[in-house]
Amino acid sequence: MRKNKIFEDIVHAIFLLLGLITVGCVVIITVYLIISGIPAIKEIGLINFLFGKEWASTAADPKFGILPFILTSIYGTAGAIVIGVPVGFFTAVYLSKIANSKVRAIMESAVNLLAGIPSVVYGLVGMLILVPAIRKTFNVPDGSGLLAAIVVLAIMILPNIIKVSITSLDAVPIEYEDASYALGASPIETFFKVSVPAAKSGIAAAVVLGVGRAIGEAMAVMMVAGNVANMPSLFQSVRFLTTAVASEMAYSSPGSLQRNALFSIALVLYMFIMLINAALNFFLKRDKEK
Amino acid sequence: MSTKRKIYIGLMQGLMYLCTGLTAALVLFLFGYVLIKGIPNVTWELLSTKPSYLANRIGILPDILNTIYIVIATLLVVLPLGVGAAIYLTEYAQNKKVVEVIEYAAETLSGIPSIIYGLVGMLLFSNNFGTSILAGALTLVIMNLPTVMRTTQESLKTVPQSYREGAFGLGAGKWRVIRTVVLPGCVDGVITGCILSIGRIIGESAALLFTAGYAHAVNGFFKGLRSPGATLTVALYVYAKEEGEFAVAFAIAAILMILTLLINLSTTLVGKYFGKRRNV
Repeated sequence: MRKNKIFEDIVHAIFLLLGLITVGCVVIITVYLIISGIPAIKEIGLINFLFGKEWASTAADPKFGILPFILTSIYGTAGAIVIGVPVGFFTAVYLSKIANSKVRAIMESAVNLLAGIPSVVYGLVGMLILVPAIRKTFNVPDGSGLLAAIVVLAIMILPNIIKVSITSLDAVPIEYEDASYALGASPIETFFKVSVPAAKSGIAAAVVLGVGRAIGEAMAVMMVAGNVANMPSLFQSVRFLTTAVASEMAYSSPGSLQRNALFSIALVLYMFIMLINAALNFFLKRDKEK
Repeated sequence: MSTKRKIYIGLMQGLMYLCTGLTAALVLFLFGYVLIKGIPNVTWELLSTKPSYLANRIGILPDILNTIYIVIATLLVVLPLGVGAAIYLTEYAQNKKVVEVIEYAAETLSGIPSIIYGLVGMLLFSNNFGTSILAGALTLVIMNLPTVMRTTQESLKTVPQSYREGAFGLGAGKWRVIRTVVLPGCVDGVITGCILSIGRIIGESAALLFTAGYAHAVNGFFKGLRSPGATLTVALYVYAKEEGEFAVAFAIAAILMILTLLINLSTTLVGKYFGKRRNV
């Protein structure tokens, strides 16, 4: 009997260890990013690093200001949200409240497909269709830039927005809608004036999730944004926080200030993501409590 | 009904149809375009050879093999870890705080962008094992841990409490209950987790660029693990962005699209199969 108890305790300990692995991973990632991100920030100076307008990492007199990347990431994400959220939102309301089960099933698998397409495929299609289209429509010398990135990101966040919004719209109690019908509201009015406000925490969570995905996307953006460290402007070639890291990592030499600065950029990106995660958690919790 | 209400209703209805139509058109267009441009370029020669400057041809056999190796290696590590973590959460954990912390950590992990995984993977694994498929696979393990954990957890919750109580009542120890009652009950969750992970691994590029590299050599499994290698997705990126080989890039894109389709289909099928069995 004693032996059994020891055996069970060992098994318990093993599972406890496995359970704590996710926590360990988060701690390790955070610690590694901080350790490798701090030196360059110290050397360059936090203000110069965050608010410097010029990035010239390989120049004779190197400059490491990442304000262009930060602003590009913020503008790019905001643009993607402005385009992607309304489209996703109206699609979600239609699928959750109006579409018959057949249409809904087909559209849901289509949305899942959209979610499953690898980001490089988005990048490839963007490179060959979107970029030339922007060049021709707006008559600019090069179509790759912020606008192309915004459109690609808007498409990429669409499935997240639709799926999370549908889940929370489905969860709205039928009594709310019945009460609204009884007061003489039409179905459409009910959906938008009763169901949507009731699901607003979930929809907010969907938006935050979209923000997270847009700000973290690297490869698709890398292929369509042109990748020059300019201050953001719609038709100019730009770099995001993610692509700034990805584009110079391959040729920066280990231990150099350039590489350390790339780690610092990653640290800044990580901070953004942590903020977004906290916001996401807040909305999801509120959605559940309701 | 007042005119204002009529306009509001009409406007909202129009917007809903427009947006849903837009989404549907987008999916159709993306698939149609990539398949039409890609399929004609998928030849047996492309699939069965490696790139050669001498013969002036590009083959993606090494990339296919690397993708398979990295999927196998990642799953071998992530499955025990993820399933174990899920079992701890549903079967052992008593302290609510601990559960909350672990679940928050898992959520955090699934929100971290892949480029950051790539950097940390480079520091943690590539610096120790060299730029290699193994380093890439270990990076992907961390990325997919939350997925496997969550799907397993969901299916564990559907194992009726009475089964466990019955087994305990017959005098079984905790481990025995887990082995004989709980584990068989979560097969569907594990399979779903597997499929989702495979999808994510196949689609991943940013996390692999700096951890697994982009070599195109044909190796056996064990030698392959220790050598750098590009997966299909990374190869697509390199061929499209660095080398301007769009025909090859589209061929790979078409293959990836078909794989995505198959993966989505199998998730649905698995859900249906187990859903039916459970209802019986």
